[in-house]
Amino acid sequence: MAKRIDVNNLNAYYGTFRAVADVSLTIEPRSVTAFIGPSGCGKSTVLRSLNRMHEVIPGARIEGSVALDGEDIYGDGVDPVNVRRTIGMVFQRPNPFPTMSIQENVLAGIKLDSGRKSKDELSEIVERSLRGANLWNEVKDRLDRPGAGLSGGQQQRLCIARAIAVQPDVLLMDEPCSALDPISTIAIEDLIHELKNEYTIVIVTHNMQQAARVSSSTAFFNLAATGEPGRLVEINPTDQVFSAPREKATEDYISGRFG
Amino acid sequence: MSTQLRGSILPKWFAAALAMLSIGAALLIENTTNVSGIGGTTALAVVLYLVLQTAWSFTVEGRRHAVDRLFATLIYSSFVAAALPLATLIWQVVHKGIAQFNANFLSHSMRSVSPSKPGGGIYHALLGTLEQVGIATLIAVPIGILTAIYLVEYSRGGRLGKWISFFVDVMTGVPSIVAGLFIYTAFILTFGMERSGFAASLSLTILMMPVIVRATEEMLKIVPADLREASLALGIPQWKTILRIVLPTAIGGIITGVMLSVARVAGETAPLLLTTFLSQSINSNPFAGPQAAIPTFIWDQISSATPASLDRAWAGALTLILLIMIFYGTAKLIARYYAPKA
Ligand SMILES: Nc1ncnc2c1ncn2[C@@H]1O[C@H](COP(=O)(O)OP(=O)(O)OP(=O)(O)O)[C@@H](O)[C@H]1O
Ligand SMILES: [Mg+2]
Repeated sequence: MAKRIDVNNLNAYYGTFRAVADVSLTIEPRSVTAFIGPSGCGKSTVLRSLNRMHEVIPGARIEGSVALDGEDIYGDGVDPVNVRRTIGMVFQRPNPFPTMSIQENVLAGIKLDSGRKSKDELSEIVERSLRGANLWNEVKDRLDRPGAGLSGGQQQRLCIARAIAVQPDVLLMDEPCSALDPISTIAIEDLIHELKNEYTIVIVTHNMQQAARVSSSTAFFNLAATGEPGRLVEINPTDQVFSAPREKATEDYISGRFG
Repeated sequence: MSTQLRGSILPKWFAAALAMLSIGAALLIENTTNVSGIGGTTALAVVLYLVLQTAWSFTVEGRRHAVDRLFATLIYSSFVAAALPLATLIWQVVHKGIAQFNANFLSHSMRSVSPSKPGGGIYHALLGTLEQVGIATLIAVPIGILTAIYLVEYSRGGRLGKWISFFVDVMTGVPSIVAGLFIYTAFILTFGMERSGFAASLSLTILMMPVIVRATEEMLKIVPADLREASLALGIPQWKTILRIVLPTAIGGIITGVMLSVARVAGETAPLLLTTFLSQSINSNPFAGPQAAIPTFIWDQISSATPASLDRAWAGALTLILLIMIFYGTAKLIARYYAPKA
């Protein structure tokens, strides 16, 4: 049930500092959208605004609206817990729960969420999610071992399994491969290809080749100077952004003539 | 090429040999001059060792090695200097306490035992301490942990949080007798509550709470923000995140903190004298009448100052130390059971 996201005039603040200004964009369902841009331009901030994780930071707030299939996720009476259940997130650094086994990690979002499910149902969810994250074959014999005992790449795929176990409609990924080796990176890119059939995916990456490989649309963010807020420069189909960008700044950034 | 990597290094046995030499020289000096006593000789041996080693190493190995050896030796000797009093104390308590420490001592009270006569025991005081500390723990642990959770997870640097933090700091500095005095005036004088084990528990609670708050706070702070975010991003509500993710991750340290506070109050004497005073007989009801406790038992026995009562005092001290060690061991086991597994 992939869903469409409409961001309208988003301004994001950390205390009094405006980190992101006037971002408006649309993310199509069943597509992969890549966020690229120099460090500090607000990619993570925008991404975190999409599932109300921005406000978790003390003093952080946003203005503007973000709509999921037409419904404002910042509207009155909207429970951020429900928003986050619908819009999952994978972080830059793999962060499995250290006190939990692999299986418990996968079920963290489910088991902790009131649902009274039978044992069979739960092990079915575990298998489906781990298969979905391309991790099943590597861990099926040690599901009750600690999740923190896996390699970095496996941990990241465990975090993806954990995120898809709750069956979100949208998956946000903040540089999911930046701590990983090339093989694990390919594994996760392959996974993104499969996942886009079911989910709306937004991925932040510093790797242009990766953006070109996995995404169908690319959004380029930039900031005029340090201390200035980051802005969206353009969002267009990926092949267009990489072959004939509309803006000069995009071309400079992509071709490495940045700054 | 190898000449560059190799330098002249003193052989491994050098330190041991030099130590022997220093001790020998110190003993010789002790015998031939009027420097005497184990303290003086030890100090002399250490100084000799430091001087000889630094000089020797400086000439053979060079400045960097000499400084390295000097500081290594200083650090090791500081460790020994810090551990020595503790070891002597434990040895003293075991040595002097073991004479009276037996099943009879643990299972009898001091009821109708004359202070000058041997016999009697600590059962009434052991019972009192277990009840008083137990009740204090039951009250202080939930309040302390919840306060710390509020400070770290909810207050987000707000005004109320700052005030609570300030009061916790002030409470940390409250002398134990003042805590006793407070309960004494507030409950016993004002409300006419009788002296009881429970009153003692309340004064111990005052002493435990700030320790638990601080320890828990520190442990919660070092739980990575990543984990909280990961949990929130899964759509897990904040209270469940705290309960299922944050607390289990920090539980080992929290238990250690609770144990330290228990150990601290289990040996408190002054507040107990004000709130429950002494008793020579068994009183298993903490809510009525004076109740004995191990620290006040020790104090009482020392006050009597007969050979028999001094023996009992030492045995009481041994009981207290063992009790705290048992608490501590149990807590460590529990903590290990919950600790994050890698
Ligand atoms: N927790 C925070 N508190 C205050 N300011 C922050 C915080 N996080 C980010 N910022 C600021 O917001 C701006 C945008 O940061 P953001 O993390 O969104 O950048 P980014 O594009 O993701 O960079 P990177 O590529 O390095 O991850 C930066 O100026 C940054 O300093
Ligand atoms: Mg970022």
